Amino acid sequence: MKVAILGMGSVGKGLLRVICERDLGLAVTAVADSRSALMDRDGISIEEVLEAKRMHGSCGDTSLTAMDVVTKGTYDVLVEVTPTNALTGEPGLSHILAALARGRHVVTSNKGPIAREYERLRRCAAEKGVMLRYEATVGGAIPIIHTLECGLAGNRVLAVFGVLNGTCNYILSRMAADGLSYEQALLEAREMGYAEADPTYDVKGIDSAIKLVILANTFWKKPVQLEDVDVTGIDMLTNDALRLAEEQDCTIRLIAEAIPDKGILRVAPRTVPLSHPLVVDGTLNAITIETDMAGEITLIGRGAGSVETASAIIGDILFIRDFYEGSHKKAP
Amino acid sequence: MKLEMRDAPGQLVAALRPISEVGGNIIAVIHQRNEKSDKGDTLSVQIVLELPDNRLSDLVRLIREQGVNILRIGHERLLYEKTVIVIGHLIHTDLGDTVDRIDSTGFAEVTGLNISMPAITQVSSARLVIRAVNREDMEQAIEILRRVSKEKNFLLVEPLEGIE
Ligand SMILES: NC(=O)c1ccc[n+]([C@@H]2O[C@H](COP(=O)([O-])OP(=O)(O)OC[C@H]3O[C@@H](n4cnc5c(N)ncnc54)[C@H](OP(=O)(O)O)[C@@H]3O)[C@@H](O)[C@H]2O)c1
Repeated sequence: MKVAILGMGSVGKGLLRVICERDLGLAVTAVADSRSALMDRDGISIEEVLEAKRMHGSCGDTSLTAMDVVTKGTYDVLVEVTPTNALTGEPGLSHILAALARGRHVVTSNKGPIAREYERLRRCAAEKGVMLRYEATVGGAIPIIHTLECGLAGNRVLAVFGVLNGTCNYILSRMAADGLSYEQALLEAREMGYAEADPTYDVKGIDSAIKLVILANTFWKKPVQLEDVDVTGIDMLTNDALRLAEEQDCTIRLIAEAIPDKGILRVAPRTVPLSHPLVVDGTLNAITIETDMAGEITLIGRGAGSVETASAIIGDILFIRDFYEGSHKKAP
Repeated sequence: MKLEMRDAPGQLVAALRPISEVGGNIIAVIHQRNEKSDKGDTLSVQIVLELPDNRLSDLVRLIREQGVNILRIGHERLLYEKTVIVIGHLIHTDLGDTVDRIDSTGFAEVTGLNISMPAITQVSSARLVIRAVNREDMEQAIEILRRVSKEKNFLLVEPLEGIE
């Protein structure tokens, strides 16, 4: 199966390394970053392109763009791993729309387009009979979308509760465990490379809300938007509040919650019993799903990271390959 | 509630069994023998119990099915409890008023308050225990608290509960 990759940051490079190291039956026929692109229908040398990126900061020909790859490249699946823009979804949105219009499958870790335009993208994919998969957008390595769509197929999802932002969880864990103030814990998260220079999206709960929208659109019958989410961040939390919670064997975590029957779509710090499965440490993510048949299921795992995110992307690519291989076999 | 039953072996156990069946919790059982009755030897029993919301009618039906007579059902008390944490300039903005707004509803009340106050300029944090008779009243009380928190710029930290 031929794969084109847009974006050579932490995720793109991690993915390239994994494809290079493992015999997955995948050939990379194109890559692009913000300034250049490289295409070869017979497959490019991953080692060489990683080396070029390391040496020159760009991966290929500066006269080519990511959009050239999308519209002219040879590939079965486009992997879109450019930066998330929660307001416009760009540049990912245009890349994905163009690939779907060409009848190509798309796999992405880019939250922007999926949170902003899921309905439109889903319809485009359906019209062309191709797949759009986005496992890596929520919960990093945790196969939450597969679990909702495949593992729990036929269930009615009654509620989803999640710890979806590793940075906030790290800050809250540190405040609770070592009595750091909010400011100290945030500073530490930055030093450890967990928090962005501008942590607003994380600590104000927006990143969690974006992921909640993606989850809700996956299992909720009606399409939802970022504006539908009631969002409260963690930036006002105090050590005293954590201590008051601890006196009752609880702690405080930023929880994203979707309950279709009650119309609840909310991100807010909540008190949670210390024994609750959603109380995970450090940058871990955790998601509890409640359904009518399966009851309660909690998935815990790494919510970010280069190889962890690559794991989710590879899972999506191989899912698409196996799905269509299966249908070819059945054809006369 | 006060029950009346035949004074025969196994009767009391039969009368109490439905309580656990509906998820209730017995707090006290007081029984008296030889109460005057024209139906022969009877036992009258008073039970204090805790019940999940909306299970009282089921319990009454199940107890009656055991052939036990219910003489009287006492008052429901405020048994549904929720603990929240509020962070903000609680004192400057009159925490008393916030508590009053819940108490004045008549269906819910603040039964516990634990407050920490750092330096005067800093925000304080408080733990409030709210009690109500049932879930609907509790939800209304929390709704009031949400409104007040928005008005006064408090951060309200609610407990995470399942969907129930
Ligand atoms: N990192 C994680 O753990 C993680 C986890 C889950 C999801 N995600 C999502 O995955 C995506 C990628 O994350 P990342 O951490 O790899 O980001 P990153 O390190 O910032 O890398 C972004 C890459 O996209 C390239 N790019 C920027 N604009 C482009 C354009 N117009 N056309 C083509 N390429 C463009 C950049 O090019 P240059 O190299 O030339 O600057 C860079 O290579 C984001 O949407 C992120 O939200 C990340």
